[in-house]
Amino acid sequence: MSTEIEYKKVFGRPESLKDNPTHYCPGCGHSIAHRLVAECLDEMGLREDTIGVPPVGCAVLAYNYFNFDMVEAPHGRALAVATGVKRVHPDKFVLTYQGDGDLAAIGAAETIHAANRGERISAIFINNAIYGMTGGQMAPTTLLGQNATTAPRGRDARLHGQPIDISSMLAICGGVVFVERCALTTIKQIRKAKKAIKKSFQCQLDDLGFSLVELLSPCPTNWKMPVKAAWDWVNEEMVKTYPLGLIKDTTGYEDKK
Amino acid sequence: MPSEKMLMNGSQTVGEAAVRAGCRYYFGYPITPQNELPEYLSARMPEVGGTFIQGESEVASINMVLGASVAGARTMTSSSSPGISLKQEGISYMAGMELPAVIVNMMRGGPGLGNIAPSAADYFQATRGGAHGDYRTPVLAPAGGQELVDLTFEAFDLADKYRNPVMLLGDGLMGQVMEPVVFPDFIDLKDLPEKDWALRGCKGREARAIFSMILGQQGELYRHNLDLQKKYDRITAEEQRWETKYAEDAELIVVAYGTAARIAESAIEDLKAEGINAGLFRPISLWPFPLPALRELSKEIPKVAVFELCLGQMVEDVILSVGERAEIYFHGVPGGLIPTPAEVAEFLRSTVKGDGKVGRRMEV
Ligand SMILES: Cc1ncc(C[n+]2csc(CCOP(=O)(O)OP(=O)(O)O)c2C)c(N)n1
Ligand code: SF4
Ligand SMILES: [Mg+2]
Repeated sequence: MSTEIEYKKVFGRPESLKDNPTHYCPGCGHSIAHRLVAECLDEMGLREDTIGVPPVGCAVLAYNYFNFDMVEAPHGRALAVATGVKRVHPDKFVLTYQGDGDLAAIGAAETIHAANRGERISAIFINNAIYGMTGGQMAPTTLLGQNATTAPRGRDARLHGQPIDISSMLAICGGVVFVERCALTTIKQIRKAKKAIKKSFQCQLDDLGFSLVELLSPCPTNWKMPVKAAWDWVNEEMVKTYPLGLIKDTTGYEDKK
Repeated sequence: MPSEKMLMNGSQTVGEAAVRAGCRYYFGYPITPQNELPEYLSARMPEVGGTFIQGESEVASINMVLGASVAGARTMTSSSSPGISLKQEGISYMAGMELPAVIVNMMRGGPGLGNIAPSAADYFQATRGGAHGDYRTPVLAPAGGQELVDLTFEAFDLADKYRNPVMLLGDGLMGQVMEPVVFPDFIDLKDLPEKDWALRGCKGREARAIFSMILGQQGELYRHNLDLQKKYDRITAEEQRWETKYAEDAELIVVAYGTAARIAESAIEDLKAEGINAGLFRPISLWPFPLPALRELSKEIPKVAVFELCLGQMVEDVILSVGERAEIYFHGVPGGLIPTPAEVAEFLRSTVKGDGKVGRRMEV
């Protein structure tokens, strides 16, 4: 009679993630977002067919962490680069992973037009209301009153304009089939985010059009907050400006409960 | 089979040549005087199973080119001067990432919005990299007509051979003038060399990334730049192109490229009747500049007259080539006016006489 215990693996590193420690700060949303993207690619069997485009921003080195083909884009131009890739390989899976400065400021034109053309691309949009990589300057998404190194007295609507809700702007574009906003700061929201990312990937597989998942993401370092306070700030403050939930869905998918 | 002889304007000629050279992905934004090129390809690409996208800007277009290139395709964009300025960041990235593509610049007058008349004022930008960083792009300068076809083919081959962006440098006149051309047969895409570096998904191999950012504290970027420089040195050694005409018995050598060379050639022919024998040295690759060839020629012919459709850019490369071996004279016509052969003939007469009436002697 055997006395060996059988172990069943219940948790591990997704194949779509390399076995490399990341450079992200403790409590940063990028690491969680990476893991979600990787799990979705694994579960949908897409890793070997994927070409990803990281941003210029804190996730510029994403190709050191993601275990699939990736190509760098200049700051803001990920969706233009992704357009070129996807047009050459319509049968491959193409995603961009972009910060709020990248996607909504310097790359706003590329974002709007790739979306409006209905490029068959899935965009993962990390909104942390700040320029993380360059050290905490104001982003187009910075909240009113929020301090930034270039808005030391806080964002002032008269001086800097209102925070931009680019996801809602994109939702009115004809080529866009699915937009959802989730947060990376509660278990429930993280699970929702994963579902939304999968749905976005499915839109591309089914050749429906452009889709985007916005992820409200803590940046404790540049918000100058302890991790717990930063996560609470997402859940209590950020969501007031960027309400969570579905923004557009013309997929016709019946959501499985 | 090669095509029949066809009458087409220069922009359309480049478009058809690109398609036959295996380009199936074009991305561009309208700007005069090269709109006939995107217009032509918007109709032509779907006929050959290719893709034409009118980007939302030149910035977007060059980055679509970057994406199509990294995916392994022959790809092209085109514009005119202000639009080429906007493409520069993308070109620098492609140089750093070693991605092939063809960029067409049908130059117009600047600075700023300038005007839509032909010009050659982007020589510095084209031959010195154009954007930030220590990089070069080969620049081919056709003189119009059949050469637009031939150099479009060469531009794609060079780009793939060296994994580097290549610029085809024409001007607004060349883009719009109709000339008879013959096109070679279509390249079979299956005959193009395999790009084993391209990104197509990682099935059957390790995942891979292509990027220009090179961090690391052990001199990684330093070594990358040295490697790039080795490639540029190879291009410099192997890819110089030029044409010499009427050089036997010449007392004067005229250096001009592109449209300026066509005008200069007419002037040279007119002067023969007056007993003035001038030769033409026409650089075809502007980078790498055919420096040794011009140096040799200037050892035999003691006067060099440089004519440009700008106020003096290529002349600096001529000075680098010729040095003190010969007297160097310069005459330039800035963008906005198209000079006549008679004006160039005046410059050449003045150079022969050394009377300083048209053009100026360059200090070396
Ligand atoms: C053309 C250009 N302009 C500016 C920069 C500097 N830069 C790098 S990342 C960045 C902002 C990144 O912010 P975001 O997109 O929000 O990403 P995060 O770091 O917050 O994730 C800026 C301005 C650059 N690399 N290139
Ligand atoms: S600076 Fe902010 S966004 Fe960047 S890694 Fe640190 S916490 Fe994350
Ligand atoms: Mg940010």
